[in-house]
Amino acid sequence: MSTFVTKELDAPPPAVLVSGVDKVFGNRKKQVQALTGIDLTIQAGEFVSLIGPSGCGKSTLMRIIADLDTATTGTVEVFGKSAQQARLDQDYGIAFQQAGLLPWRTVGQNIALPLELHGVPHADRVRRVEELVSLVGLAEFRDRYPDELSGGMQQRVAIARSLAERPKLLLMDEPFGALDEMTRERMQAELVRITSQTGAAVVFVTHSIPEAVFLSDRVVVMSPRPGQIKEILDIPFGDERPDLLRESPEFFERVTAVREALHGVPVERANER
Amino acid sequence: MRRALPWIWGVIGVLFVVAVWELYKFFGPADGVVIGAVEGQTGSGVRILPRNDDRNMPHVWAMIARLFEPTTGATTPPLWITVLGGAVVTLGIAAAGFLIGVIVGLVLAIVMQRFRLLNWGLTPWIIVSQTVPLIAFAPIVARLGNQVDRSGFPWPEWLSVAVIASYLAFFPVAVGALRGLTSPDVIHQDLMRSYAASSTQTLVRLRFPASVPYLLPALRLAAANAIIGAVVAEVSIGMGGGIGRMLIQMAQTASSDPALPWAPIFGAVLLGFIAAGSIGLLGVSLKRFRRGEVVA
Repeated sequence: MSTFVTKELDAPPPAVLVSGVDKVFGNRKKQVQALTGIDLTIQAGEFVSLIGPSGCGKSTLMRIIADLDTATTGTVEVFGKSAQQARLDQDYGIAFQQAGLLPWRTVGQNIALPLELHGVPHADRVRRVEELVSLVGLAEFRDRYPDELSGGMQQRVAIARSLAERPKLLLMDEPFGALDEMTRERMQAELVRITSQTGAAVVFVTHSIPEAVFLSDRVVVMSPRPGQIKEILDIPFGDERPDLLRESPEFFERVTAVREALHGVPVERANER
Repeated sequence: MRRALPWIWGVIGVLFVVAVWELYKFFGPADGVVIGAVEGQTGSGVRILPRNDDRNMPHVWAMIARLFEPTTGATTPPLWITVLGGAVVTLGIAAAGFLIGVIVGLVLAIVMQRFRLLNWGLTPWIIVSQTVPLIAFAPIVARLGNQVDRSGFPWPEWLSVAVIASYLAFFPVAVGALRGLTSPDVIHQDLMRSYAASSTQTLVRLRFPASVPYLLPALRLAAANAIIGAVVAEVSIGMGGGIGRMLIQMAQTASSDPALPWAPIFGAVLLGFIAAGSIGLLGVSLKRFRRGEVVA
């Protein structure tokens, strides 16, 4: 028993530890229960997707982890610290559905923004930006302005920016939501490559089932009114996720499993009709 | 060709006004147009179009020719030199007023953006300030200036004029800058928060750059207001040397020298061009921050 305790103390804290989180929006007159009784642990290096219909609170949960919103009750720990401390310590990188680049800054300057804000010396900044633009395949666009880039390229810049400070946790709120299907799949493949290179844990909000299955180690299925976790499914495909995976029977099996969890009833398959 | 087009249209616009003026002089009724006149009663009725004789409406070329004649007598310098001298004086004062106005306007906008309570508290005062007529306010500033001057701290007359000009200039800056500072998207504000950026960092990296498209029209208005304010303030506190007093003095001799009062009017127009042009140049140098204005 005692060895077990020591072991637990020595183990690194999980990337995210959410316990008993409720979130109520609104004032005394009109209240909306956005989240209720959320318990979730995300290990370091783990890729976890939050999926569910609109209004299930998946974005709210991510924002609470990011300390952009605060939980009404319950606690959130990020790497063993409070969410606020983690934000102040820049333990996470974040990307939203819109790229949110500053239009007056070039690609390179946008990526350098967090580094600039935290006083990273110029030479280091230049080197890091150089690494990041080539990581997302935009080396020749470093001095272009966002309005000269396509939506997919802008989103890649946003992801590069979220990686600027080598965070051990990435928070992504439907980052590929506004992209066309082909760009989306390419971006997913790139994200798999990038996260396996950096070893960061990821909280990935999406409402695309194939996207969640392709990317994740675990898929957290949420349901609305009030937002809660319905089921957590393991996706045991490992770190390597070749494009061919999308066409394999195991992939479809998992997609079906997630869909059933979302809808709450077994979904009739075409070949069983 | 594309770039010359606005200039060409500008010149056409000026020529159009000159043409209307000269055509009315040529074809218009000698006694102008008066409505509601009572027969046999001089001065009755309302004149809606002026008499078109040379005393009331000098030829445009007469106005221009007058610029190159001596100001008042044979030994005085050409009129255009006198007017230019006055315009330079007023321009300097207006520039000082513009600077004061921009600084005051920006500071107001920054504190109003940062503290909502100040926004609520200051907004009515800022609006009320613009309903007080300049000519009511000008003598108060002049008197206060005199008191300061007598108490030992030198307060030249032009400083009063500049303060009065700034009173007109600060308003558009405060309003425009406040709109600009509050313009960044929620996503950008969230991003800055996620970077744990201080409010000063957010101001410098996000709010100021984002407010440029709002600030430029505000600055253009402020520059024009500063010129008008300086001209009116010169008149109302009786400061000589600038274009304001020159406008009044030369208008008084209009009956004997009808082309004379047009010279300081041209001077005032020139000041307007300089003010608008300077802000235009500023806009060009801040082009990078206006990328959002053009949709790519």
